[in-house]
Amino acid sequence: MKRSLRRPEQNVLERALRALAIPPLQAISPRRPLVRQPLALFSLLWLAVIALGAALAPYLAPAGPLATDPSHSVLPPSPGRWLGTDFLGRDVLARLLWGGRWTLRMGIEALALAVGLGLPLGLVAGSRGGSLDALLMRLVDAWLSFPSLLLAMAVVAALGPGLSSVAVAVGLAAAAPYARVARGTARGIRAQPYIDAARAVGASPWRIILRHILPNAAPVLVAFAATQLGWVLLHGAALNFLGLGVPPGTPEWGAMLAEGRAYLRDAPWAVVAPGVSLTLTVLAANIIGDRLGQE
Amino acid sequence: MLGYGLRRLLEAILVLWLAATLTFVAMQLTPGDPAQTLLAASGASPAEIARRRAQLGLDDPLPVQYVRYLADLARGDLGVSWLHSRSVGRMILEQLPATAELALAATAFGTLLGVALGLLAALYRETWVDALATGLAVLGLSTPVFWSGLLAMLFFSLYLGWFPSAGGGDLRHLVLPAAVLGFSLSGSVARLVRAQVVEVLRQPFVLAALARGLPLRRILLFHVLRPAIGPAVTVIALQLGFLLSGAVVTESVFARQGLGRLAVQAIFWRDLPVVRGMVLVGAAAYLLTSLLADLLQAWLDPRLRGRDEG
Repeated sequence: MKRSLRRPEQNVLERALRALAIPPLQAISPRRPLVRQPLALFSLLWLAVIALGAALAPYLAPAGPLATDPSHSVLPPSPGRWLGTDFLGRDVLARLLWGGRWTLRMGIEALALAVGLGLPLGLVAGSRGGSLDALLMRLVDAWLSFPSLLLAMAVVAALGPGLSSVAVAVGLAAAAPYARVARGTARGIRAQPYIDAARAVGASPWRIILRHILPNAAPVLVAFAATQLGWVLLHGAALNFLGLGVPPGTPEWGAMLAEGRAYLRDAPWAVVAPGVSLTLTVLAANIIGDRLGQE
Repeated sequence: MLGYGLRRLLEAILVLWLAATLTFVAMQLTPGDPAQTLLAASGASPAEIARRRAQLGLDDPLPVQYVRYLADLARGDLGVSWLHSRSVGRMILEQLPATAELALAATAFGTLLGVALGLLAALYRETWVDALATGLAVLGLSTPVFWSGLLAMLFFSLYLGWFPSAGGGDLRHLVLPAAVLGFSLSGSVARLVRAQVVEVLRQPFVLAALARGLPLRRILLFHVLRPAIGPAVTVIALQLGFLLSGAVVTESVFARQGLGRLAVQAIFWRDLPVVRGMVLVGAAAYLLTSLLADLLQAWLDPRLRGRDEG
């Protein structure tokens, strides 16, 4: 029934596309819930495993993250030491679990700052429009014109090296794109007839923002927040890798990679563990953001 | 066209001014006295520090300092490094070629890889080829360059011995850093090219080309890829900030000369004029490239000019 209602020229086009081995245009199915998509489910599970590992690090870790053991240094992975030991004889698995604490805490703090700053700015600018919108967006433009990591590095320079500086720096750098997306979404919703209707029945501007625009913008905002989590993890770890964050020796994934660099040939497992963990975590955040963002 | 170009130029200058003002405010908010930082190591007396303050103009009222700062910037003077007492502009210029070399090589590699992946993914939409190409693109976006760099170093220089693991100089030193940085760049290019090609394939002129019986390869190259590549050019230009950031980290992984080393050192010693100079140069470069990309777009596609002016 539905097929016959289609315009004929579209059928011709689809047949031509099929000749090019391209699936028909309407092949995209409506979004299934995340837990029904294998890749998204794996991503969620991985994030849960990482979070649990970090939370339970004191109970799960086979050794202290800082406990050195010179007689057992640079041991490859074995049944007793699943991920081997590094050049100081520290257990890599223990450091990985404890490292999740630093890395995730930094990521969550930075994301909270980015959303806490970007969301209100973007929503208000997009919902109110006018000169306020123009002014705020020019500021965001200026902010976005700084190369993101250089901007974060400048903030670290101003605050002095340290993990909280890294979180603040990366969070501030991520706030501008978040404000941009929030503003764009709010603008799109503002043009909907039901916003006019709300205004017509006398709803206050704040009520419109909080009760009408925010709930409708939420799916996009949550999806973008997931993507931003990947971004702040990546850049925060980069700053730690560069030695601008946690003090030397701290079990943080970026810092572990930096330390392992000098012993790459002798103990590759000491960089593989944090490297794979970080990549998978960022990948999981990106996949979830991607899937949530699909219509 | 001229009016559009002028308007975009004014906009870029406005944003640059805002960026300069932001950095000025940030410097003011930063605790610590520059004169004291400059002279602390030499054990200068308070009188000397006071004299230096006056010399640097730090005793003037803030508006005076602000105007002088903007005037210096307009003349291309980025100030003097606290650590080395040298011109920041010169220090940046010295390190720029090495970073530019890396950034250019990475852009070339990343663009080629990204366009190829994006085109394949779009043509074989929703098949395993698409899944593989899109997967590679997401992996490129998600892999930190300092991890892929170490991995590349491990395999290609330590195990296989094909390329030197660190340092700079000849082309062989450039291959691994450029490939690593290019791979992470290719992710966003591939996603964009895929979306664009999928969009273009829906256009009637593709159908018309098919109906005219043109060879498939010709259609793909001239009718599909050409209009799809326009927006990709803009995005590649806008990746300059990303490239600069990535280059800083990549240089650190491969122990290369360049802006990265300068930046890390400056931050570590809180050499704020150098940090500020690098941030401003980065912002100016970004604005310039995005301006050029917009003008190129407007020149290629006249519809954009009307839309933007209206």
